Amino acid sequence: MDHAAHSEVEPVSRKRPPRKSLLLTRKSPLIDIAQLIAFVGVLVWLILAGAQAMEYNWQWYRVDRYIYRIIDGEFIPGPLLRGLGVTIEITFYSMIITLVISLATALLRLSGSVSGRLVATVYLEAIRNTPLLIQLFLFYFVLAPIIGIDRFWAGVLCLAFFEGSFGAEIIRAGLQSVPRGQYEAADAIGLTRRDRLRFIILPQAIPLILPPMTGLVISLIKHSAILSVIAVAELTTQGLDLISETFMAFEIWFTVGAIYLVITVSLSLLVSWIEHRAAIGR
Amino acid sequence: MNDTNPMLEMRGVGKWYGDFCALYDVNLKLQRAERMVICGPSGSGKSTVIRCVNRLEEHQAGQILLDGVELTEDTRNIERVRREVGMVFQHFNLFPHLSILDNLTLGPIRNLKMPKKEARELALHYLERVRIAEQAGKYPGEMSGGQQQRVAIARALCMKPKLMLFDEPTSALDPEMISGVLDVMVELAGDGMTMICVTHEMGFAREVADTMVFMDRGEIVEVGPPSEFFNNPTSDRARLFLSQILSHH
Ligand SMILES: Nc1ncnc2c1ncn2[C@@H]1O[C@H](COP(=O)(O)OP(=O)(O)O)[C@@H](O)[C@H]1O
Ligand SMILES: [Mg+2]
Repeated sequence: MDHAAHSEVEPVSRKRPPRKSLLLTRKSPLIDIAQLIAFVGVLVWLILAGAQAMEYNWQWYRVDRYIYRIIDGEFIPGPLLRGLGVTIEITFYSMIITLVISLATALLRLSGSVSGRLVATVYLEAIRNTPLLIQLFLFYFVLAPIIGIDRFWAGVLCLAFFEGSFGAEIIRAGLQSVPRGQYEAADAIGLTRRDRLRFIILPQAIPLILPPMTGLVISLIKHSAILSVIAVAELTTQGLDLISETFMAFEIWFTVGAIYLVITVSLSLLVSWIEHRAAIGR
Repeated sequence: MNDTNPMLEMRGVGKWYGDFCALYDVNLKLQRAERMVICGPSGSGKSTVIRCVNRLEEHQAGQILLDGVELTEDTRNIERVRREVGMVFQHFNLFPHLSILDNLTLGPIRNLKMPKKEARELALHYLERVRIAEQAGKYPGEMSGGQQQRVAIARALCMKPKLMLFDEPTSALDPEMISGVLDVMVELAGDGMTMICVTHEMGFAREVADTMVFMDRGEIVEVGPPSEFFNNPTSDRARLFLSQILSHH
């Protein structure tokens, strides 16, 4: 009655209105695809036109041998693949050290110890407010000779300390997002500080820490290119060397960029797949 | 310790948060098997009192003696307190990433160094007592609030405490869940457990309490047996509080 009177004035449909895309509202995916093609087309045309204007001599057919060759049925990785191997190695070791530094710094920052907090703060401010390149020079020219490590480990350590400053904040945020009641309940059943961290806090913080940490691995891969400055034989260094040998700047840089892209994008996809699985598992 | 010591004694305990005085000159004595109910308006310091007892908070003045031993900041002393005092929180604070069974066995295994099998049996025993034995494999998120709170009680009991603290154990529960939790607490009281319970469940207080404590603004205003406290409270503040809370129920 009341309801009927009301719906006469303004009929209410119970059907859900169509979903709106949050970013762009457009009718057909075809338009999307057309725009993408147009965009890529213009980009390619610009590059080709530019190359033509400078009379660039494209030699794509020469590139594959620098990635890999097959001689007598045997797979021989070329300089670029070997460089990628070193990049992955750097990333692997740096990431392990980054995790240790991050956790230690985060715990120091959250600790009751004044000197501990001071050390952590000085480290964070120093790393964040100086250029990565200068840090690299300090590690390579100053620290490495003092503690007797080679350029590879100097680079790995430098990257680890750099990314560690970001990792520390990620871990700190993760630890702080575990509610206070969890700390108190752990205390109330008599867990030591270590057990509390190990059995209660970290297991709840890690799912929150993991996604941004993978972002950190991705930036580690990208930042590792800077080690070419101290001639660690990673992917970018190999690219530089190849170009000075072959003068194929366009082809090599596109290839090197594509290799980085493949690695980082597949890492992101892997992570979103893991997150998706974890979300289902809940 | 010898049996003539009170289970708990607080002498002139004071506690400040910055300049704010949360507790002032709190004096209490709790005998073995005594059941104490603390009530008072919100913000009067009830939680702070019992959190000082198991040292989730540190008091800054006076003394707290547990079974004759004074609480200090010595870690071994704190470990002992945590072993001997069980705590049940308003919001249960179960560990959401652990199964019910693991919630219960973690303390005994890590703190009491109990073998896993024994801890498991102990946990199942207490789950049975709080009437949720069949759900040992579940996770806290899969249970109702009332069930979670009963698990939390069982978790505290698994440490075989001499003293149990309850901080408003039923105030976060839906009304129909309250009696299940109170039943468990009444049973526990019947078994002779020494307990301090912060609650506004006056029916429970009348039935179970040996001593009623009324707090206001960080001070103990009244202490006495429930018959006296409910029938003729001496202070105006307690009278006002009782009239508000009883008219509500
Ligand atoms: N961590 C804290 N920091 C500052 N003030 C606090 C803290 N915990 C409690 N208080 C204050 O102390 C007073 C007593 O708190 P509480 O013991 O929780 O009261 P109740 O449990 O009786 O409601 C309140 O005024 C509260 O705001
Ligand atoms: Mg409270």
